[in-house]
Amino acid sequence: MVHLGKADRRRRLTSAVMTSLTAGCTLLAVGLLLVILSYIAWQGIGSLSFTFLVDSPRPVGEGGGIGNAILGSLVLLGLSSAVGLPLGISVGIYLSEIGKGRFVGVVRFIVDTLTGIPSIVTGVFIYAILVLPMKHFSAFAGGIALALIMVPIVARTTEEMLKLVPHSLREGALALGAPQWRVTLGVILPAAASGIATGAMLAIARVSGETAPLLFTAFGSRFFSYYMDRPIASLTVQIYNYAISPYDEWHAQAWAATLVLMTLILGINIIVRFLTRKRF
Amino acid sequence: MSGVAMTKMPVQTAAPKIEVRQRMEPTATSENEVARAKVAVRDLNFFYGRSHALHDISIEIPERIVMAFIGPSGCGKSTFLRTLNRMNDVIPATRVEGQVLIDDSDIYATGTDVVDLRRKVGMVFQKSNPFPKSIFDNVAYGLRINRLTKNSNELGARVEEALKDAALWNEVKDRLKTSALSLSGGQQQRLCIARALAIRPEVLLMDEPASALDPIATSKIEELVFDLKKQYTIVIVTHNMQQAARVSDTTAFFLLGKLIEVNATEKMFTAPNEKLTEDYITGRFG
Repeated sequence: MVHLGKADRRRRLTSAVMTSLTAGCTLLAVGLLLVILSYIAWQGIGSLSFTFLVDSPRPVGEGGGIGNAILGSLVLLGLSSAVGLPLGISVGIYLSEIGKGRFVGVVRFIVDTLTGIPSIVTGVFIYAILVLPMKHFSAFAGGIALALIMVPIVARTTEEMLKLVPHSLREGALALGAPQWRVTLGVILPAAASGIATGAMLAIARVSGETAPLLFTAFGSRFFSYYMDRPIASLTVQIYNYAISPYDEWHAQAWAATLVLMTLILGINIIVRFLTRKRF
Repeated sequence: MSGVAMTKMPVQTAAPKIEVRQRMEPTATSENEVARAKVAVRDLNFFYGRSHALHDISIEIPERIVMAFIGPSGCGKSTFLRTLNRMNDVIPATRVEGQVLIDDSDIYATGTDVVDLRRKVGMVFQKSNPFPKSIFDNVAYGLRINRLTKNSNELGARVEEALKDAALWNEVKDRLKTSALSLSGGQQQRLCIARALAIRPEVLLMDEPASALDPIATSKIEELVFDLKKQYTIVIVTHNMQQAARVSDTTAFFLLGKLIEVNATEKMFTAPNEKLTEDYITGRFG
């Protein structure tokens, strides 16, 4: 054994302390997350059944389910993704590839500010500009509210991912006579696809947990509906309504609905990861 | 450079080289117009913002020869190379003055189609930059975007031809669908050469194509350059003087943004006209 000086021992001690500190914090964070997940699973699994997944809500004591809310959430997520993802990715492409000079900085600052807007404000805003003129709540308004929350998140992650693509790839494609738009669409975007998909996933996961902006827009419903111009149910609003109710049965159903919501997000996550997995 | 490549190359290439050089001698001294100038540059000045990077460059590059640009780092040889296919256009705040004539038409004239220009003037970069696609799709990229082939059979044939020209076909023919990124560094660079050749350019610009490669891969690229001369006009930037001596017919020496001397490679490395060239080649600076 080599003789260790005082400085060496101190260095090793510091290293050991820092390593265990970071490991400890990681364990704490992941552990807490696992506790939450297993608690939800434990609370929710009891009320879970096939009927619960496909039935619509019934009065207290008659069972019923959240089929309409699952459908509603999927409709809302589909609508918000259809509007928010292309919009957000386009803004990201503009920020990274097209825009030049000062204006880009201004756009980026605005996008960053939008990310920080509380979702309830977005809900009230959509209430003012869509719900009031239409004179009723609608799935459309809910989808737009969620899309508005998605745009800045998707835009910034897209920008960051595109900036990671080496500049040499752009030059390589340009040198082969490709116009700018083909370079972006055919080379740069595919090279950044898995990163952009991760950003999109984060955005979808984020809005699928949103309740506040839906209260003023999609409102909620106790019936199956896929009409864009009518109120529509969603898992989050259903969970909220059941959780604040005085009935134990509805409390149990709220837990089960939470479990379903989590599984839904996990499922979407896995599908998107599979579709955008790195092929090359 | 390792001893292996240095001793091997002249043996393989010496005989045809001398023959070619004799044919090229008149143009190399640029005293008359025997061979047509493929590229003619007149009083070219180039600016990065306010910094004046190239000063009054005038040079003629005859058809179907290899011209090497040598000079110390930062002397403007890469910048100059990139003015020949307007690759500097993508860098903001750059400015060009003067004329670059390719087949007698000014590529900086208003109305020049940059896409057409780059199809005609291919480029291989210092760092190999294969797209994160399959080997086949990399070579097919230029053909597809420029719609140069009518059907998939023709596309396949052109890809094969380009890979053969780049001396890569035998190594990749059984795995055309695998990722280009799975190739070794030298193979990736030859893939990039194949990609540039696939669209059949007339001029091929190579920006230190072997600087990141080992001696064996380097000698492969050098042999390739030598073969390609039969069909293409090649301009190669290199910081390696032995490489310039091995592959080129004509050498141009740049220093601090100025073109100091253009001469037949053999003359350049034995009896240059300019004192500065001699100092650089003998290692007194740079």
